[in-house]
Amino acid sequence: MRRIYLDHNATTPVRTEVLEAMWPFFQERFGNASSIHLFGQDARAPVEEAREKVAGLINARPGEIYFTSGGTESDNLAIKGIAYAHRDRGNHIITTAIEHSAVLSSGAFLETQGFEVTYLPVDVDGLVDPNEVAQAITDRTILISIIHANNEIGTIQPIKKIGAIARQNGVYFHIDAVQSAGKLPIDVEAMQVDLLSLSAHKIYGPKGVGAIYIRKGMEIESTAHGGHHENNVRSGTENTTGIIGLGKAAELAAQDREGEYRNLIVLRDTLEKRIVDEIEDVQINGHPTKRLPGTLNVSFYGAEGESLLMSLDMKGIAVSTGSACSSGSIEPSHVLLALGLDPHTALGSVRFSFGRDNTIADVDEVMAHLPGIVSRLRKMSPVMEHQEQILATSPITNH
Amino acid sequence: MYSPTVLDHFQSPRNVGDIMEADGIGEAGNPISGNQIKLYLKIDDKAITDAKFRTFGCAASIAASSMLTEWLMGKTVEEALTIDNKTIADELGGLPPTKMHCSAMAADGVKAAMADYEKRQMCR
Repeated sequence: MRRIYLDHNATTPVRTEVLEAMWPFFQERFGNASSIHLFGQDARAPVEEAREKVAGLINARPGEIYFTSGGTESDNLAIKGIAYAHRDRGNHIITTAIEHSAVLSSGAFLETQGFEVTYLPVDVDGLVDPNEVAQAITDRTILISIIHANNEIGTIQPIKKIGAIARQNGVYFHIDAVQSAGKLPIDVEAMQVDLLSLSAHKIYGPKGVGAIYIRKGMEIESTAHGGHHENNVRSGTENTTGIIGLGKAAELAAQDREGEYRNLIVLRDTLEKRIVDEIEDVQINGHPTKRLPGTLNVSFYGAEGESLLMSLDMKGIAVSTGSACSSGSIEPSHVLLALGLDPHTALGSVRFSFGRDNTIADVDEVMAHLPGIVSRLRKMSPVMEHQEQILATSPITNH
Repeated sequence: MYSPTVLDHFQSPRNVGDIMEADGIGEAGNPISGNQIKLYLKIDDKAITDAKFRTFGCAASIAASSMLTEWLMGKTVEEALTIDNKTIADELGGLPPTKMHCSAMAADGVKAAMADYEKRQMCR
């Protein structure tokens, strides 16, 4: 059975060039980058080169890049780090209802520590209204944190507009760019972004490494206390192999981004069109155009997401779903609910996320199986009896 | 994640459909926002002679429904009412902890179908 991977928003394979760049640093050049001797210095220079490459990806200066263990740590450091360093100025944070759980959970934690968090709504396409951001700002607001491109639906937020609002009001601005860095153009100067989180494994780098950009001169409270690594922002012996892998992945992403963007759009749009043409009662979630090039989120009425995922998996096709069983029930995705989908439609959603290894033959393979799978699950489902009732409650069924 | 039995019942579910002249029909789950099962039973002389289902839900929900209908076949009304989520999960070779509510829904379907059956008996 041919295996097809359509879950690149979850993670990507390490590119050969990245692996080759990392390889010497496991054994031959194993030194601790913070050691003064030659072994250490032999690892230090490549770490600093990686910092330059990551900085180059987002138009930052190398001194503004700090390496972390990945997106989750960077998000935590940005939000808690600003909150604790600036609580004398205020205790209010603005974010959105469609953030990654690393941001939502950091916000929920801070709410237990005396902070107030505003979760802004989004429209049916998943867009935040910059005017609502402006209206939410109070004299106690210290941070705005917005996901640049959403991992589930791919919607891209108007970061530049929000950045201007944040700057005018003297509020720090963090973006979670885990899904966008390396895929979309990012310029922290032009976008007036003060903090940015990114991760290596979404762009063909290794897992367990990422970075945070912190604008020069900003005060931030560390969340990991220890040695003096990463200018006291993030203690812990430098993950040299990972950092060098991230640097190489960033360099390649900058180089290949535009070509990949065009290829991904073609693959994604072809699958989207074929699903809409060949399967009844479907809905595309996310913004029609302001969307990550490889991301396609589709709701199939009357079929449940995990059953769709498992059925495709049995055909060798890997996708993901936002619906998940928690301890007592099945939970629709918080992102899809925030778009205004009724819970049932949200439960029937699947995300296809393309990457550089996919071809149009993969789209054909998906469409060789998907209509039959959807039809089989619908026939098995009692939901179709209730369909009219459910659709009547959905505000965006004609979207 | 899933046992081979769960995958088998998910891929080839037994007894999908409905029974035109059912003696008991039970619905369980959440028809607006979650998993749901509709269970149809044919009962002759206090024994289950046919069972069919339709289910909307994850692979575990579908497998639990399918396994349930096999288990019910030939059982008496009293025996059928002893079913619980653990029995169904055991028959499936185990379920992940987060999926136990899926087998609980199938068991609730039996209780609802039996309540419907009793009601119909009284109306006769």
